[in-house]
Amino acid sequence: MAIPVLIGATFLVFTIMYFAPGDPAEIILGSNATHEALEALRIKLGVNDPFIVQYGRFFFNLLRGDLGISYRNSMPVTSLIADRLCNTVYLAVSGILFAVIVGIPVGVISAIKQYSLLDDIIMFATLFVTAVPTFWLALILVIVFSVNLGWFPASGMGRGASDFFVSLILPMLTLGCGYAALIARTARASVLDVKRQDYIDTARAKGLSENVVIWRHMMQNALIPIVTVIGLNFGVLLGGSVLTESIFSWPGVGRFVVESITYKDTPAVLGSIVVLAILFTLVNLLVDLIYAVLDPRIKSQYQSAWKKG
Amino acid sequence: MINMFSRKIGKERLNRVRSPLEQAASQFKKNKMAVIGLVIIIVLFAVAFFTIIIDFVTNDYIYNNYVINQNLVLRLAPPSASHIFGCDEFGRDLFMRILWGTKYSLFIGIGAILLAMFIGMPIGMVAGYYGGRTDNVIMRLMDVILAVPSMLLAMAIIAALGTSTVNLLIAMSVANIARFSRIARASVMTVKDNEFIEAARAIGANDMEILVKYIFPNAFSPNLVQFTLGIGNSILLVAGLSYLGLGVQPPSPEWGGNPYNSKNIYEGRMAYFSISRYVSCYICRRFQYAWRRAEGCNGSQAEKVGSEFIV
Repeated sequence: MAIPVLIGATFLVFTIMYFAPGDPAEIILGSNATHEALEALRIKLGVNDPFIVQYGRFFFNLLRGDLGISYRNSMPVTSLIADRLCNTVYLAVSGILFAVIVGIPVGVISAIKQYSLLDDIIMFATLFVTAVPTFWLALILVIVFSVNLGWFPASGMGRGASDFFVSLILPMLTLGCGYAALIARTARASVLDVKRQDYIDTARAKGLSENVVIWRHMMQNALIPIVTVIGLNFGVLLGGSVLTESIFSWPGVGRFVVESITYKDTPAVLGSIVVLAILFTLVNLLVDLIYAVLDPRIKSQYQSAWKKG
Repeated sequence: MINMFSRKIGKERLNRVRSPLEQAASQFKKNKMAVIGLVIIIVLFAVAFFTIIIDFVTNDYIYNNYVINQNLVLRLAPPSASHIFGCDEFGRDLFMRILWGTKYSLFIGIGAILLAMFIGMPIGMVAGYYGGRTDNVIMRLMDVILAVPSMLLAMAIIAALGTSTVNLLIAMSVANIARFSRIARASVMTVKDNEFIEAARAIGANDMEILVKYIFPNAFSPNLVQFTLGIGNSILLVAGLSYLGLGVQPPSPEWGGNPYNSKNIYEGRMAYFSISRYVSCYICRRFQYAWRRAEGCNGSQAEKVGSEFIV
């Protein structure tokens, strides 16, 4: 199911970018080029071909890993993106890890201590963070931690392992905070759903310690909505990474998209958005697989489907 | 005895007969946060309309002289009695810019979502009503739109059409169409097998009439929830795009564009005008929860509905 959707997504983005203004030949050769040279380049690039032929060419080149040539510096877009994709993935993964490590315990604690002062404080804090625009949070973090305290660099990615991690912290916090708050709220809601069910009482009656009851018995059922939220909002995370990368001059794909849009570099914009959409779809596929691991009922559905097929 | 009993019930029934609007209002009043949210939203709308009226009456005099007029003497002036939020790096009063920026954030946010609802909802309703192949084709198309993260889709559309307020509106509504059609489809599917639809068909109503007259009123409320949810998100999205320089263009005082102008100047004072941005987003979000509570969801259901769409 993921493959037709992916093909459709490339088609959608290609169609949108097809309407991008500007003649590629003129952008590459400059305005002083002769008419003949322009025409020759147009034929070479295939700009005059019908739309569907152009899309077909784009698609088969994509399958071979070729996203065309950047207008800006005549480099292959694939290698430009490949250089940056790793950095985006580092940032996204660290953001998600931070969100999960902070969000789940916070949400669980606030559900266990429902209606306490701690619960109120946590709920207010998470609401505060979800309503904050990414760039506002980023600017405040920079003002506090790099301008006033000087702990972390304000922008850029450090070379070498220790510098890299130090420079990763602020972007990670920016990206992860909103996500963590979202996970905390979902975790709270789903633990509250599970908390009063009979099997929890059974587990307690068996004499299990409170920790085992919470983390083994409650979490097993409470994790499914949390995983759903993580998967659904990965796209939002990628969108947020565009902002975060721009603010912190993080050399990732998101910042590359913004730069390419300002330079009207159509192949680069097209290529990087397609790559990010592919990443998004793959993550959602991964989430579906995690469901099967978490929930035996879903696993048995898959297995019976396989047996039939 | 029996008489007394029945009279008692009768009395209670009499007390209970209130119009749906009254019921909603009394439930709404019980939730303090919802009332606070509503008050602040009314204030925001008042500010937006007020600035529009002032511009109309004074023929843009105040806008030209106080909102976009640059005065380098006051560059980065700290807050004072005459400029309570201070000035930005072009010496423009930040308080005025925030007031005049309200209408951009508010109306673009609402406009984009309205547009998305008017396009997405009919598509989803048709898909849900006819089912089968129609449904399959339409929903796979919507899956495709959802497969591209909405921020990136909006950026692609802006890259293709160019930066302007109208294009921004289009870009943001396209990214939201799929969500509305999904929700509309689901709610139509729950309604369409009811007896009253059968009855309507029996008296000779055609598909169009059934969809508009009988299904639409019963399937509308989930869309309303999505509508209130979407506004908060799209205000944040506009701010984000404006911050990147792809949204409302300077010198228009959009809220997200304010920090964009000064993003290289990290000064503590920035917090002042950012707070106002924050407050509005917070209110929208608060309002969404309040709205859903008022609609009768309990807290954890509201969290679940909300958790999917938060930026």
